[in-house]
Amino acid sequence: MVELQAESPGEGRLPVTAGDLRLSEVVRERMTWLAPYKGQAAALSEAMQAAHGMGWPKAGRMTGRKGARAMWFGRDMALLIGPEPDPGLAAHAALVDQSDAWAVLALEGPGAPEVLARLCPLDLRDQVFKRGHVARTEVAHMAGAIARMGADNWRIMVFRSMAGTLIHEVETAMRRVAARRNSPREGADRAHHLP
Amino acid sequence: MRLVCPVCGERDRREFYYQGAALARPDGSDWGPDWEDYLHNRDNPAGVTRDLWQHEQGCGAWLIVTRDTVTHEVLAVALAAEAGA
Ligand SMILES: [Zn+2]
Repeated sequence: MVELQAESPGEGRLPVTAGDLRLSEVVRERMTWLAPYKGQAAALSEAMQAAHGMGWPKAGRMTGRKGARAMWFGRDMALLIGPEPDPGLAAHAALVDQSDAWAVLALEGPGAPEVLARLCPLDLRDQVFKRGHVARTEVAHMAGAIARMGADNWRIMVFRSMAGTLIHEVETAMRRVAARRNSPREGADRAHHLP
Repeated sequence: MRLVCPVCGERDRREFYYQGAALARPDGSDWGPDWEDYLHNRDNPAGVTRDLWQHEQGCGAWLIVTRDTVTHEVLAVALAAEAGA
């Protein structure tokens, strides 16, 4: 009898560090796509509020908190992260289990926006991309998502099958940013001009 | 080049996929000159044109972009679902 063992998308490859930057895998949580049926967005938001304590997120935003969050994830689509979806939500939306579909990485440390700026075309300055913001975008040429959980705490998501490529790309960018930050001539005085 | 997606806001051109001219689909299913135009003929104007783009690496929405091929100015971006193709 074969003993099958579940492995996370980044199993054996994370965490990695470079200077003060750290890339790690977020502990896997239940993730469900919510796609409201036509005209049902308001009813879905009410059902979410009643069952999970958070409403439907506006475009590019998150609602809820750690352990029970709703992350906007595309036009008329959000990701419920944490709880098992209440069966009542199914009356208003299509629900699709995504728990094993995504590699979810946490990038932490000062200079994280400089790392991300090498990988995606978003404006990540503090005054534009704030805590609680999320964007679907291209990450190192892969379709993904970037979210800001705190000042120096970011989430990066791509499809699980691309986890190895994502880790390689982010780690490479981390080493380059760390090297510039550590170089007295190039790094230190440039770094504080960036967000 | 940047486009202001009605859902996501201003985004880099790399996030978008270009489909082609945004044309009104002819009524009915009988073959005729309208369908021939729709399938085969394009104007290629020096000036204002309407194209279909998709925010493929963003929210996924299909967009109608009105732009000027001479000045490269983007005049309007609307959701195809609301504006009609
Ligand atoms: Zn968009």
